Amino acid sequence: MAATLRYRPLNLARWVIWGTTALIMAVLPIFFTQGFAITLMSQMGVAIIFTLSYNMLLGQSGMLSFGHAVYSGLGAYFAVHALNMASKGQLWVPVSLLPLVGGLAGAVFGVLFGYVTTKRAGTTFAMITLGIGELVFSCSLMFPDFFGGEGGVTTNRVFGKPFLGVTFGPAVQVYYLIAFWCLVSMALMYAWAHTPLGRMANAVRDNPERAEFVGYDTQKVRWYTLIISAFFAGIAGALGVINFEIVTAENVSAVRSGGVLLAAFIGGVGFFFGPIIGACVFVYFVVALSDHTKAWLLYLGMFFMLMVMFAPGGIASLIMMQVQLVARQRFGRIWRHYLAAGASSLLVLAAVILTVEMTYKVSVDSSGGTLMKLFGVEFDAAAAGPWAVAIGLWIVGGWLFNVTRKRVSQVYGEIQAEFQQGRP
Amino acid sequence: MSLLNGVSYGLLLFMLSSGLTLIFSMMGVLNFAHASFYMVGAYVAYSIGLKVGFFPALFVAPVVVGLLGALVERYGLRTVHRWGHVAELLFTFGLAYLIEESVKVVWGLAAVPYRVPEALNGPLFTLYSTSFPKLRGFMMLVALLMLFAVWLLLKRTRIGLVIQAALTHPHTAEALGHNVPRVFMLVFGGGCALAGLAGVIGGVAFITEPSMAASVGPIVFVVAVVGGMGSLAGAFLASLLIGVMQTFAIALDWSLAGMLGSIGVAVTESTPLYSLWKLQISQVAPVLPYLLLVLMLIFRPKGLLGTRAD
Repeated sequence: MAATLRYRPLNLARWVIWGTTALIMAVLPIFFTQGFAITLMSQMGVAIIFTLSYNMLLGQSGMLSFGHAVYSGLGAYFAVHALNMASKGQLWVPVSLLPLVGGLAGAVFGVLFGYVTTKRAGTTFAMITLGIGELVFSCSLMFPDFFGGEGGVTTNRVFGKPFLGVTFGPAVQVYYLIAFWCLVSMALMYAWAHTPLGRMANAVRDNPERAEFVGYDTQKVRWYTLIISAFFAGIAGALGVINFEIVTAENVSAVRSGGVLLAAFIGGVGFFFGPIIGACVFVYFVVALSDHTKAWLLYLGMFFMLMVMFAPGGIASLIMMQVQLVARQRFGRIWRHYLAAGASSLLVLAAVILTVEMTYKVSVDSSGGTLMKLFGVEFDAAAAGPWAVAIGLWIVGGWLFNVTRKRVSQVYGEIQAEFQQGRP
Repeated sequence: MSLLNGVSYGLLLFMLSSGLTLIFSMMGVLNFAHASFYMVGAYVAYSIGLKVGFFPALFVAPVVVGLLGALVERYGLRTVHRWGHVAELLFTFGLAYLIEESVKVVWGLAAVPYRVPEALNGPLFTLYSTSFPKLRGFMMLVALLMLFAVWLLLKRTRIGLVIQAALTHPHTAEALGHNVPRVFMLVFGGGCALAGLAGVIGGVAFITEPSMAASVGPIVFVVAVVGGMGSLAGAFLASLLIGVMQTFAIALDWSLAGMLGSIGVAVTESTPLYSLWKLQISQVAPVLPYLLLVLMLIFRPKGLLGTRAD
């Protein structure tokens, strides 16, 4: 038995990237000390794990799931009951290891439901996951003892004696706990993508028939992937419990499942770092935008539709396209056109916001008068003037955007043609 | 009486699922926003009905919804089509979000007072002291008329022939000079118009609010899958089955504990898993359709009368 020759040079770039990520996560709370920023970052951490676990299915195995919240939600429920039992002294679980409880619960349900759902791929898989999601959500109202009914299950993350002075009372300590688990999960999921199972998942996604001919059972590959994905989803669910100290039926609902799909897709399912971007953007949309406008979900939906129609690779693919241009020194030729298109798209955005907010004011929120304030300008939403402005913005912005957009795609096409011809 | 109520509910489900099935069998697109078009139908009919009354709205609203659907197909779905089926699914999924939020922005979060017209108010007949409302009867009538009209259109007209040809052999139909993309647009618009028609009636029969799409949407999917993807007759059968099942289940208070009690096994609060035993069928009712869906997909993935599994 000859030993296999291995050639593994030190992958410096990888160490630099992961090290920088860890460093950024560690120092962020030093710069952003407000309570709002800390909560935002904690939520982003949880969302990153959840979205990455979702992308194990959608991006890496080609399984479009409409019920991923089932695993994170059930993980969260088991975690919250474990935490409550631990604070009564019936069970020994330190708070810092609670995510493992959630992860294991998620994985167990992954074994159970995954066996059913992964029997088929494609559209049928999507339908079954939808069915399972609705099934679990309906069950949550049937068993109030476990799911806590309408009010949900509450808990308290601070109990027992502090360990090395850490009580998990202050939000910063929770942030660091989440950051730690987030980093570990990210590394593990990245590593998973390079295991034989991860590679087979890619093969099953791209061509299930061939994968089967090579001798792999495609259902098993999908099933194992789903179990691992459910494990990480459960970790995210348990971290959510520690962060919010409450679990409601909303955690297993279709709204949550839809949200993670939106986040993963907006970020870009084709690259490992896509869902990380998507999770951050999504949480920012949810937390920051919902303070400013009632119609935030509408804006998010529009953004999602634009991505589906014009950039199905998500933000990540847009970034990678620019990286290619920069690396081959063509960015200087195109950035002016980007700027022009960006400026005109701002006009369209202003038109959209003006229309939506004025409609909302007039039709729903008119009990306190139709005066409203937008971008620091106060005006009457029922008057004709602002509507004329909106229509003008639509026409001018739409026309300018169309012109500049065509220019961008023309220049981009020229550059790509040069690449095709093999010029450096 | 429960049976009649179940049948009328099932027929409403059929009005919805028939459009979904038509669109799916034609274009292979699973329209997630189908129930949203149902909701738009209800809201548009409410707004039009305020001006011209219920019965004109019954005809105008489906046309409006159908036009909206055709526009969506022409300027949205067709662009996405080149990215494949998953992108189409995601597109309609996003569309469902968009429509629900737009409805909230335009008509508000609360339910709108969409009332039963005078002519349909009151009981149609009374049987054993329970009365059957006229509206339910009207619902059944419209659904049956619609079923007949769709069948006539598909089987007995030229355009129906073209649609069927485009369904099975799109390339051949195109080579013979038919504009297949336009047929697709027509079918999508037509399917949406059917959903809109269901919305006009469903809106008065139930409640017109922004969450009505989310509450009926999954059930319609269940119907389409259980009936067999792409099979109109299957959708009809499954609609009736689920409609009757739902209506009966809500009225029953049987539970496993009661059943065990009647054969002599006492179940008390100290029995393990008591919360499972004490469940009444009426409480389990919301779960039944999904249970049926999951069982169906495991044991007979092509559905009751379907012909293909994927």
